[in-house]
Amino acid sequence: MFRKLLIANRGEISRRIGQVARSMGLSTVAVYSDADEKLPFVREADEAVRIGPPPPKDSYLSIPALVEAARRTGADAVHPGYGFLSENAELARACAEAGLIWVGPPAEAMARMKDKSQARRIVQAAGVPVVPGTEAVVPDLEACLREADRIGYPVLCKAAGGGGGIGMAAAGGPAELEKVFRQCSDRARAAFGREGVYLEKYFPRPRHIEVQVLGDHHGHLIHVLERECSIQRRHQKVVEEAPSPLFQGGAHPELHAALLEAAVKAARAFGYANAGTVEFLYSDGAVHFIEMNARLQVEHPVTELTTGLDLIGWQLRIAAGEPLAVRQEDVRRSGAAIELRVYAEDPVRFFPSPGTITVWRPPSGEGVRLDAGYEQGSVVTPHYDPLLAKLIVSGRDREEAIARSKAALDAFAVEGIKTNLPLHRRIVSDPAFARGALDTRFLEEHARP
Amino acid sequence: MADVTAHITGTVWKITCQVGQAVAAGETVVILESMKMEMPVEALDGGTVREIRCQESQAVNEGDVLVVLG
Repeated sequence: MFRKLLIANRGEISRRIGQVARSMGLSTVAVYSDADEKLPFVREADEAVRIGPPPPKDSYLSIPALVEAARRTGADAVHPGYGFLSENAELARACAEAGLIWVGPPAEAMARMKDKSQARRIVQAAGVPVVPGTEAVVPDLEACLREADRIGYPVLCKAAGGGGGIGMAAAGGPAELEKVFRQCSDRARAAFGREGVYLEKYFPRPRHIEVQVLGDHHGHLIHVLERECSIQRRHQKVVEEAPSPLFQGGAHPELHAALLEAAVKAARAFGYANAGTVEFLYSDGAVHFIEMNARLQVEHPVTELTTGLDLIGWQLRIAAGEPLAVRQEDVRRSGAAIELRVYAEDPVRFFPSPGTITVWRPPSGEGVRLDAGYEQGSVVTPHYDPLLAKLIVSGRDREEAIARSKAALDAFAVEGIKTNLPLHRRIVSDPAFARGALDTRFLEEHARP
Repeated sequence: MADVTAHITGTVWKITCQVGQAVAAGETVVILESMKMEMPVEALDGGTVREIRCQESQAVNEGDVLVVLG
């Protein structure tokens, strides 16, 4: 095992990775921008290195700054967390060249799945069902309109190199597609430095279901069951849970088995190792692969709490070359868990709400876990995503997890900035949520004030 | 005539109007970026753009005047 871990991230995930690493006897190095100097993840690390000013491109996205911080502190491994450079094969390669262990998949596997069209072709060849769509990047409007006719409207237009809902929009017909194509192309050029979009069939009311996988560098790879992440706003997840209510009480056993098998096939096709997630859309009785995420997922705690597996701990051991000592038949689920992402934003219109947290009174209790990046007195700046904390609540079954979530949300007090806690209170009290009748349009129709 | 102000704290991602241009009520004049979200700023009333008081990539605070209409 390596000795000193540099965490190339910020906020709750830097803090969480640091806690796990220190519990395993590792020394931790946090990196931070000027905007984050006073946050708990910096204070709690054994060492902290300033890597630049607040804009991400000058700090958390700067490969030279990160590699230099590792060199200066004598770190021998790098955990990228999620977001930022976590799926960037160049950072993985830069780490390897600097003699640092990369806590993530092999750079070649990352490169194979980064291009979404290529990823589609790879998994399709492995027998994994995919969303109908274009096989390659569509360079211009004319080709785009032609492809859309073939796939059939409505279609979803996505910027090449995009992710997290940036540069993505649906079109119901040719006129709308023309507008959407220009938006997505602009966004792709501005944000990712490359032109082009790709198109896929748009499912109006899908469920978003994903499968956690874990593999070592010795060829052993398993799935760690599914999570449901259908409740989203602006294509970003708000509530996640395990198991998916679609499979509650042993419903749809054949589809469940096919989903898990497809995830393992996809991960193997990429030559995957370490922790990753295979994302699917469910619509009309079938699942379709959308992408594989080469990193730890924000919502990994719901898997940890229902399987007892420490995913970050395994990430570190796998990166150190240890074999994954968990067999597929050892993966068993017990109970249910729900993750509520607490965002600094208006709970109705979802506008961002940066500012100073004047009151921070988190809940506690049986089955309640809080992974928070901030505390009372912290300043939430506009430079980064609005995630303040993840409230993760588990129970014997979904009903108990929901009841405990309601109590935890009622006890959670944050003042000084707006948060989406009122939205979460409405969600967990919503009859459709209680029934598990979820799809990605849930928030458009339910949990309204 | 109401000036168009930033409704959130963030960074100017794009200016979508030009001095001298006529804009209608509800038309987007600036797009702000905050917490990884694009937030369009719309003119509350119609008018002609007299002055643009921000630049792309500039940090702005809630309430700052971005565009002056006349």
